[in-house]
Amino acid sequence: MLRFLLTRAALVIPTFLGITLVAFFLIRLVPGDPIETMAGERGIDPARHAALRTAYGFDRPVLVQYAIYLERLAHGDLGRSISTQEPVAGEFASLFPATVELGVCAILFALALGLPAGILAAVRRNSIFDHGVMGLSLTGYSMPIFWWGLLLILLFSVKLGWTPVSGRIDVQYFIEPVTGFLLIDSLLADEAGAFGSAVAHLVLPAIVLGTVPLAVIARMTRSAMLEVLGEDYIRTARAKGLPAFRVVALHALRNALIPVVTVIGLQVGVLFTGAILTETIFSWPGIGKWLIEAIGRRDYPVLQGGILLIGAVVMGVNLAVDLTYGLVNPRIRHTR
Amino acid sequence: MSAELLDVPAAAAAAAPPHPLREFWTAFRANRGAVIGLAVIAAVLLMAALADLVAPHAPNLTNNDAFLRPPFWQEGGSLAYPLGTDAIGRDILSRLIYGARLSLSIGIAVVALSIVVGTMLGLVAGFFGGAVGIAIMRLMDIVLTLPSLLLAIVIVAILGPGLMNAMLAVAVVVLPHYVRIARAAVLSETAKDYVTAARVSGAGTLRLMLREVLPNCAAPLIVQASLGVSTAILDAAALGFLGLGAQPPSPEWGTMLADAREFVLRAWWVVTFPGLTILVTVLAFNLVGDGLRDALDPKLKR
Amino acid sequence: MKRASLAVLLGAATALAGSLAAGPAGAKTLVFCSEGSPENFYPAINTTGTSFDAGAQIYGNLVSFERGTTNVVPDLAESWEIGDDGRTYTFHLRKGVKWHANRAFKPTRDFGADDVLFSVERQWKEDHPFFRVTSANHTYFNDMALPKLLRSLEKVDDHTIRFTLTQPEAPFLSDLAMSFAAIQSREYADAMLKAGTPEKIDQEPIGTGPFYLLQYQKDALIRYRAFPQYWGGKAALDDLVFAITPDASVRWAKLQKGECHVMPYPNPADVEAMRKDPNVQVLEQPGLNIGYLAYNTQKKPFDDVRVRKAMNMAINKKAIIDAVYLSTGIAAKNPIPPTIWSYDDAIKDDPYDPAAARKLLAEAGHPNGFETDLWAMPVQRPYNPNARRIAELMQADLAKVGIKAEIKTYEWGEYRKRLQNGEHQTGMFGWTGDNGDPDNFLHTLLGCSSAAPGGGNAAKWCDKTFDDLVVKAKTISDKAERTRLYEQAQVVFKEQAPWFTIAHAVQLKPVRKEVEGFKISPFSRHTFYGVTLK
Repeated sequence: MLRFLLTRAALVIPTFLGITLVAFFLIRLVPGDPIETMAGERGIDPARHAALRTAYGFDRPVLVQYAIYLERLAHGDLGRSISTQEPVAGEFASLFPATVELGVCAILFALALGLPAGILAAVRRNSIFDHGVMGLSLTGYSMPIFWWGLLLILLFSVKLGWTPVSGRIDVQYFIEPVTGFLLIDSLLADEAGAFGSAVAHLVLPAIVLGTVPLAVIARMTRSAMLEVLGEDYIRTARAKGLPAFRVVALHALRNALIPVVTVIGLQVGVLFTGAILTETIFSWPGIGKWLIEAIGRRDYPVLQGGILLIGAVVMGVNLAVDLTYGLVNPRIRHTR
Repeated sequence: MSAELLDVPAAAAAAAPPHPLREFWTAFRANRGAVIGLAVIAAVLLMAALADLVAPHAPNLTNNDAFLRPPFWQEGGSLAYPLGTDAIGRDILSRLIYGARLSLSIGIAVVALSIVVGTMLGLVAGFFGGAVGIAIMRLMDIVLTLPSLLLAIVIVAILGPGLMNAMLAVAVVVLPHYVRIARAAVLSETAKDYVTAARVSGAGTLRLMLREVLPNCAAPLIVQASLGVSTAILDAAALGFLGLGAQPPSPEWGTMLADAREFVLRAWWVVTFPGLTILVTVLAFNLVGDGLRDALDPKLKR
Repeated sequence: MKRASLAVLLGAATALAGSLAAGPAGAKTLVFCSEGSPENFYPAINTTGTSFDAGAQIYGNLVSFERGTTNVVPDLAESWEIGDDGRTYTFHLRKGVKWHANRAFKPTRDFGADDVLFSVERQWKEDHPFFRVTSANHTYFNDMALPKLLRSLEKVDDHTIRFTLTQPEAPFLSDLAMSFAAIQSREYADAMLKAGTPEKIDQEPIGTGPFYLLQYQKDALIRYRAFPQYWGGKAALDDLVFAITPDASVRWAKLQKGECHVMPYPNPADVEAMRKDPNVQVLEQPGLNIGYLAYNTQKKPFDDVRVRKAMNMAINKKAIIDAVYLSTGIAAKNPIPPTIWSYDDAIKDDPYDPAAARKLLAEAGHPNGFETDLWAMPVQRPYNPNARRIAELMQADLAKVGIKAEIKTYEWGEYRKRLQNGEHQTGMFGWTGDNGDPDNFLHTLLGCSSAAPGGGNAAKWCDKTFDDLVVKAKTISDKAERTRLYEQAQVVFKEQAPWFTIAHAVQLKPVRKEVEGFKISPFSRHTFYGVTLK
């Protein structure tokens, strides 16, 4: 057991080092220069340009820069953004909760709809309901979410006026960031209406981001349920005369959930991809939008730090999923 | 005349066990969704091939007297521009038709590229193992760890925005899936008797790879490929939407959407139709992919 | 933990409010849907209007631009004298001006000469302890050539300060009114330096302005509150919120719904709807800018004036304005905007005439047209809302006379560098004026001295007649004589056609009806002292 844990954990280190390499060198390959990019129509005179390059350390050999970067990284220093001059880690910390909040709500939305839909579809296999769920989920899976988001804004925010257009909370509420998660902070702040406002702002982005996971979860749940429902012990339970609901809820679902949860865990990377688009459409102040803007500004430290931290988060979640799955299902320990 | 003669024994043989292709077609046809998907793809392909004949206008022809015309059924619209015009007076329908060429070729090119490169890498990793194999798989892990769109954006930023570069970026991002499939197939197949037998009988590694193992991992690769086309179209459109894919004035669907974004409040049609076209096309490829999987791999059929 | 969170939370430690709660019911809160996050709160190292707006509410300058004009008026300096043939400027500082306070710092003294000294030397003297704090990139201080211009700066007494220049410089006062010359507190700087956190003065700013910073959440909002002890009297507004909303259409949707009161940079496509909305008023003012297509006159075939003229006649300017600028631009015929003195309205623009263009091309030896590139910048600029779309229109127009144009673009910094190095054949570019002087356009953008590689003359156009005129006009002080010279220069410009002049962007500010007293700044600043809500 311990060996399994250790080997899995050990795989993380080379991958992480690899990511630092990719993050550092890929970004150096991007043409353009943060100092030039910051200048307006007037440009910048060559002498000052050179002085600034020296100040940022861009004039040293790339390998030396990489070594310095690694050394600082070992001390937990991700450097400072070139455009804002703020520490990258600080910016990440202030924006990350918004992305997490969005992602968690999207997954909750996907689970709340996807699980029941998948289960019912499996139970009523080949019914109209089943075909409907499968058709809709494949449509959701095929959805260009950047377009989906625009349509939902157009319909619900502009035409019907049910939801706010963008942002995380109405500006009239002055919420002190304690956890960074506005749903929690707005409750802590004890201001009437603040929580409702935060929820209203979150609904559309969460639906948009949750669409693809919803489709995946519905399909996964259905197929996992079908498999489990075909197993002998379920048939036995049914034969014993247990009510159908009990069979499904207690016996089948529990076993069908394992692969579903695994899939969700492995979707974190996919979720980030979705978050980049969703945040861009809804002006959501999160990590995705931050990185897109950093690319536009050639802000090397932000890009490196952002890619590294996101890579770390994805790896961490994958590792956790792997380990729990290994614990739950002993077979896996021996197969790979 | 000799061909007819030769056909006779073949036809006779078919009466006994059904030909695998026919068996596949029977299974595929039973899936109504897959057939619809195939029909849609055929229609889109036809549209792309015959764009010059089908499209009412040239894709980049601007009309200074017809900015943002609505579709024909709305007031102010006309049949001259069935789906309306965009901000500088180009016919949206024609652009969508010509755009089919771009989106389809992106989808197919990405899959072709990643299948070839991915399979080769996977075969190498599977057969040789060792340092090379580990290096390849670690690299793929890294690619998988990073959010695909983020990596694609960085690659496009390096290469410069454009259709070809977006295509390359997407191909790199989807590569690991093919590598993994190919490697897994190699590992499971090499353990089997026939490969051992072939090896014992003195078959070289290259020969083994190409003649014995590759055909055996074809099925999962084909399924992955048909689903991969839809992923590629979506990813390329997403890049286009962020302004990093095909560049205007090319009528790539995602680029059209990006270009139309600022008119979202004023002219719903410039935003709605390109998105809908993407959705329908991607859905069609996914339906066919599902059908293929069911037909090729009865084990997965549920 | 607090440090890790960027959200700067400044206690309402001023005399007025002891509580952190939102203002009392009925407090006047104005919401400005701003277009992005400021880089930081130290204007001297920034170049974006977004950052200048964020700082403008907080800081005071020695002098400032009168709201809505380019006139320089007293601010922290009550009065000044200019002596020694324009080489010395002596400022008499206002007394009893209070600084803001925050959690980390309570001021013990009023604004004085030391603060001015600190704010200037921090950008000027490389050995100053704050020269490198936050960033050593004091862009505007250098762009305005102050390191060369300043000879000395001395504190005469606590409320008098004297600048000595190396040469007379008429725009010096305007320079001091620009955002980069904001005055920071020396006492705050000393306290933070002692605490080991010098960069705090740029992150949790303290100024003498009408509003103090209450909260900043990156990409979300900036919250200000009226400073009760502001020397000009407390602002009519109680709270001021910048709701950061990068998407122009979303800004408009929010304004429509009343989620914000003022918004900058509307989407041209939405302006028509804005004008129809009974709750919204669209303020407008022609901007100090020009957007153009520069022909590289040192490259074939654009070294031939007939080709340039033919291009000018082949492109349908009206269609570009209608489709891209809509009502946010006016067609340009001269290289300077009509709001600048010496603008020659008598000049006639080249007509849109493809037939004549084709004829002229044939005369120039290109009966079947030719191939060229057409550069379009990848970003939106104040003078050009969508260069790529304009390029598409131009491409279609040019195709009609046989010219095959290939649209090219690069990342913005790269684009500007390559264009100024003259790597293009034709390329779009533009300019926003700094001080409203014709020299700032005609000489800076079209003179021979900037036609060398790397210079700002994107047409790489060096015309002796033109250059003589604008260089001479630079040395004379008589405005009537200068006007005459600049008018002649504009005639030469039109004859030689180094540019296809596209448009002057108009500044449009949709403002809700309940907002009173908002004025458009010619420099595109957004300031809210003097604004109130009905």
